[in-house]
Amino acid sequence: MIELPTEALWLVIALPLGGSLLLHFVGRWLGEPRAGYLTCAASLAAFGVAAVAAVPFLTGEGHPSQSLLWEWMPAVGASFEIVWDPLSALMTLVVTGVGSLIHIYSLGYMHGDPRFHRFFAYLNLFTASMLTLVLAGNYAMLFVGWELVGLCSYLLISFWFTRPSAAAAGKKAFVVNRIGDFGFLIALMLIFSSFGTLSYSGVFDRAGDELTGSAATLIGLMLAAGAIGKSAQIPLYVWLPDAMEGPTPVSALIHAATMVTAGVYVIARSAPIFELAPAASGVVAAVGALTALWAATIALGQSDIKRVLAYSTISQLGYMFLAVGATAYVAGVFHLMTHAFFKALLFLGAGSVIHAMGGRQDMEEMGGLRKAMPVTFLTMGIGVVAIAGFPPLAGFWSKDEILGVVFNQGGFFTVLWLVGLVTALLTAFYMIRQFVMVFLGRPRWPEGVIPHESPRSMTVPLAVLAVLSVLGGLVNTPFRLGLEHFLEPSFKGVKLGHPAEGVVSILVLAAVAVGAGAVGAAMAFFAYHRPPEAWRRFQAAFGKVWGWWEDGYRVDDIYGTILVSPGRRLAEQAAFRLDLDVVDGAVNGVARLVRAAGTMIRPAQSGLIRQYGLWFGLGLVALLAWLLVRGGV
Amino acid sequence: MPVVTSGWYMTLAAILFVLGMTGVLIRRNALVMFMCVELMLNAVNLTFVAAGRAAGVLDGQVAVFFVLVVAAAEVVVGLAIIVAIFRRRETASVDELAALRG
Repeated sequence: MIELPTEALWLVIALPLGGSLLLHFVGRWLGEPRAGYLTCAASLAAFGVAAVAAVPFLTGEGHPSQSLLWEWMPAVGASFEIVWDPLSALMTLVVTGVGSLIHIYSLGYMHGDPRFHRFFAYLNLFTASMLTLVLAGNYAMLFVGWELVGLCSYLLISFWFTRPSAAAAGKKAFVVNRIGDFGFLIALMLIFSSFGTLSYSGVFDRAGDELTGSAATLIGLMLAAGAIGKSAQIPLYVWLPDAMEGPTPVSALIHAATMVTAGVYVIARSAPIFELAPAASGVVAAVGALTALWAATIALGQSDIKRVLAYSTISQLGYMFLAVGATAYVAGVFHLMTHAFFKALLFLGAGSVIHAMGGRQDMEEMGGLRKAMPVTFLTMGIGVVAIAGFPPLAGFWSKDEILGVVFNQGGFFTVLWLVGLVTALLTAFYMIRQFVMVFLGRPRWPEGVIPHESPRSMTVPLAVLAVLSVLGGLVNTPFRLGLEHFLEPSFKGVKLGHPAEGVVSILVLAAVAVGAGAVGAAMAFFAYHRPPEAWRRFQAAFGKVWGWWEDGYRVDDIYGTILVSPGRRLAEQAAFRLDLDVVDGAVNGVARLVRAAGTMIRPAQSGLIRQYGLWFGLGLVALLAWLLVRGGV
Repeated sequence: MPVVTSGWYMTLAAILFVLGMTGVLIRRNALVMFMCVELMLNAVNLTFVAAGRAAGVLDGQVAVFFVLVVAAAEVVVGLAIIVAIFRRRETASVDELAALRG
C-alpha cells in the first residue's frame, strides 16, 4: 500500500490552481481541445492524490492530521494549513471526483465555444478554491476559499456575459452572497474575540469549557447566516435559480454538487460550536425545513428544465440544513454526498437534453426524447428515481436517515419531519413531471430541431454518475453504518443525532417516506403522461396557486420593491446629491476660497522691482525701530 | 582736531547706506541700481572694518574680504542677466521688466 505523507496534500490544491494559471497565460495558444485535456488531467490527478491519501481512513488506521504550508498571520491562528480528517477527505473526494466527471463532460458541452480555454481555466480555479475551502485548517483560510468560490461562481454564471440576463444573474449571485458573507465575517470576529484564535483545533478543543451559551448561539446564528447565503436558503435563495444562466456543467458542479454545499460543510465542521447552541441549531433546522418545502412547491410550477432542477437543489439543500440543524451531521454530509451524485447527474442529463434541443430549455417543447437519446433517458431516469427517494438508490438512504433522525428528536422536530415528508412527496412529483414532460409522450419539438444523442465525452460521465447514484447510498445504511464510522474521527466528542433504534420503527418510517414518494410520483405520471391540454386542465384545477408556483411566489418582485429599489434610490441620492453637492461642493468651496484670497492680495505682486525694494526698506526700518524701542540689541 | 571715533565711521556708513538705498528705490536703470547696491554693500563693509578696529580684532576685515568676493561674483551674474535682457528688450529699465506681476 502506498503511504502518502499528508505534507503532499498541498498538491490537491496546487494541481488545479496550476492548471488554471497555466491556461490563463497559454490557454489561447493551447486551444481546443488541449486546454480541456490539461484541466481534466489536473482535476483527475488531484482526485488521485486525495484518494491515495484517504486510504488510511478507509482501513480505519488513519488519524486526523494537520500540515502547515506556510505562516500567514500566526498571531490570530490563521495560516495556510491543511486539515486532513475524514470529513475533509470525503469533501475533497466529492469535489475532485464529481468535478473531474464534469470537466470531462464539459469537453463535449463547450465544444466550439470561442472562449473554450477560458471556461476550463475558471473551472479549474473553482476546483482549487473549493478545495481550499474544505481543506482549510482554520476559519481564516476557510474564508479565503469561501470568497474565492463566490468569485468563480460569479465568473461562471456570467460566462456568456454578452447576454444581459447572464451578466445580471452573476451580479445578483455575488451581491446576495455578500449579504450572507457579512454574517459570516461577524461570526469570525466573534470567534476571534472569544478564543483569540481562528484555528479549528484551538477553537474546538476549548469551546466546551470557555464558550458561554449566548456567545455560542450568536456565533452559530452568524455562521448560519453565511451558510444560508452560500447554500441558497430562505431568505437568500433567490440567486440560485438565476444562476442557471451559466453553462449547464457550471450549474451541475457549482450550483448543485459542490459550492452550494459549502454552507452545510461549515455547519458540520463547526459542530462543537453548534452543540453548545441548540437555539441556533433549531433555527438552522427550521430554515432548512421551510426552504425544502418552499422551493419544492416552486419547482412544481416551473417549465424550464434547469429551473426545476435549481429549485430542487434549493429544496434538497434544505434537507441537509434540516439534518445538520437536528445535529445529525453525518446524515447531512451523507445527503450532501448522494445529492452531489444524483443532482450532478440530473444537471448533466439536462445539459445533454438542452444540447440536443439546440439550446432550448422549455420542457413544453420537448417530449418523446426517449428514442432519440437512449443513454440520457436511462441515466437521467436513474437520477430521477434516486432523488425521488426510492430504494435502493442513493437518495432513499440519505433522505430516509434525515427523516428518521428528525422524527426521533420529537417535539418541535415532529413538525419539521412532517414538512420533510410533504417535501418528499413534492420532490417525487416534480421530478417525475419533468421526466415525463421531457422523455415520454409525443414529441412537441419546434420545427428544425432534430435531437441526437450527445457525444461520448458527455455520456460516459452520465453513466459513471448513474452508477454512483445507484450504489452511493449503500455506504451508510441502517444495517451497516459505514459512513458514520468513517466520519467518527471528525466528530469526536460531538453528540450526534440518530434515528430511532429498532427494525420496526425504521421500516415504518421508511415505508411512510417511500409511500409519500410513490403517491407523488403516481400523481405526476398520471397527470402528465397525457396530451398537453390535459396538463393545462390539471394545472388550472389548482387555480391561482399554480400561478404563484410558476412565479416563485413573486419573491423577486417583492425583494425588488422593498429592498432593491430603495437601495437603488439611496445609491442615486448618494451619487447625485451627496457626492455632487456635499462632497464635491466642499472641495469646490475650498478652491473658491483660495481663489478669492488670491485675488485679494494679488495687487501686492506688481512686478515693479523698486516697489519691492521699498517694502523691503520699510520693513527694515520697522524692524530697527522695534529693536530701538525695545531697547535690546 | 577732534578725535575720529568709531561713531564717525558708523555715521558715514549710515549716510552711504541710505544714499545707496535711495538710489535703488528711485532709479530705473538696472545698471545704476547695481552701482547703488555696491554702495550699500561698501557701507556695510565700512561698519565691519570700523567695529573690528574698535574691538582690536581682525574678524571685521576678514568679513569684508568675504563680502567683496561674493559681491564680485554677484555683479558678474547680475551684469550677465542685464546684458541678456538688454539684447532681447532694448531696455535696461526695471519698470518695464514686470512680466512676473501677479
